[in-house]
Amino acid sequence: MHASLPDVDPLIAQLAAAIAPTLTPDTVIVGIHTGGVWVAERLHAMLHCALPLGTLDISFYRDDFSRIGLHPQVKPSNLPFDLEGRDILLVDDVLHSGRTVRAAMNELFDYGRPASIRLAVLVDRGGHELPIRPDFTGLTLAVPAHQNINLSRLDDGHLTLSLA
Amino acid sequence: MNLQLTSDGRLRHLLTLDGLPRAILTQILDTAESFMDVGEREVKKVPLLRGKSIFNLFFEPSTRTRTTFEIAAKRLSADVVNLNIATSSQTKGEAILDTVDNLAAMHADMFVVRHGQSGAAHFIARHVAPHISVINAGDGRHAHPTQGLLDMFTIRRFKGEFHNLTVAIVGDVLHSRVARSQIHALTTLGVPEVRVIAPKTLIPTGVEQMGVKVYHDMEAGLAGCDVVIMLRLQSERMKGARLPSAQEYFKFFGLTKEKLAFAKPDAIVMHPGPMNRGVEIDSEVADGPQSVILPQVTYGIAVRMAVMALLAGGATA
Repeated sequence: MHASLPDVDPLIAQLAAAIAPTLTPDTVIVGIHTGGVWVAERLHAMLHCALPLGTLDISFYRDDFSRIGLHPQVKPSNLPFDLEGRDILLVDDVLHSGRTVRAAMNELFDYGRPASIRLAVLVDRGGHELPIRPDFTGLTLAVPAHQNINLSRLDDGHLTLSLA
Repeated sequence: MNLQLTSDGRLRHLLTLDGLPRAILTQILDTAESFMDVGEREVKKVPLLRGKSIFNLFFEPSTRTRTTFEIAAKRLSADVVNLNIATSSQTKGEAILDTVDNLAAMHADMFVVRHGQSGAAHFIARHVAPHISVINAGDGRHAHPTQGLLDMFTIRRFKGEFHNLTVAIVGDVLHSRVARSQIHALTTLGVPEVRVIAPKTLIPTGVEQMGVKVYHDMEAGLAGCDVVIMLRLQSERMKGARLPSAQEYFKFFGLTKEKLAFAKPDAIVMHPGPMNRGVEIDSEVADGPQSVILPQVTYGIAVRMAVMALLAGGATA
């Protein structure tokens, strides 16, 4: 555990506070597996969203599939609502290259035509390779290219950030 | 050397379920599960195999298997070419390899092969370049691995687990590549009791060595079963004096409501199709509440998508 990394809970609370004034009746929260879903679950509860939480596994949309193959544990995407005309709040744990977000947007459009998509991330670590930037950010932290920042969930449900 | 697996244990070709480790079978079933919802979406496609060319080489006629392979490939965004190749029994191996070489020169990435002769898919798999994968869609009496897998997927969907099941396979086991693939998969996945039920003339000698119990009587064989898998009785078998008549067969081994009552009340009934109604299965059962024959067809698409995706992702690494 890296000493300088902040606690996750205040970061999520800060995200929720920033998102709250922008919610519309048509807002749906969609988390990207796996870490993004953990953050999205918290936001969904804190923001009292009426519509159910959506989850995306972008394995079938990855641009590196032909190089690295299918992820061994693909989870089904679950979007239990009609996407047509919705305001989607897409949630991921860490924004790095932006390729995951691109894949997620491609997948969302295969389900329907949302009115808008905004992006909330717990950590923007830099290293972007695509013109994709978050609308809501918990923490901006320049992480060197050779390092990874990971969100993990403990058995008691507690979320922590670590550098490796 | 195992032709089906890469040196690091990933799927390279799918030729038979015999000898495939449980982890790979489970991986295919889990992957198929995640493909299940693609058919329900507004856009029934994922871009995994975009730009890949898949050739369906059918040297033996089949409507449903070929169609489900075609749909599976298209849902993965691959380009699909169907070739129905009429063959005479004199067709030489070289002619098949010439066909394969020509298609490989058109930049094929995957071949789905059905052939009347056992070992045809292996023969092609040994011949193709390293970046090309081969899927066996049925070879002679040998194997039909994707059918076996979709049957396992169906069982898991309806029964949840494998370790507490009794499964009976009923009918022409002798000539059935489907039965062979099912038996390998069921035993690998840990089904404690696999039975085959058929007249003596339709049971291959030494089938017990595959880990199954043999029954020649429906009442005894179906007693306590969770899953009843009926096999298609091919009418040409009737000619070879293995069976007296279709009526006689139906009387003793055809699945009727009365015979199904010997199995557990919640037993499911499966059939790989196409069915001979009134020969191996009564319409009342085929269309009845315990039949999962149509879900099998639907699941076949997701299972074939999973196999293709795993092959395409594993072969180039």
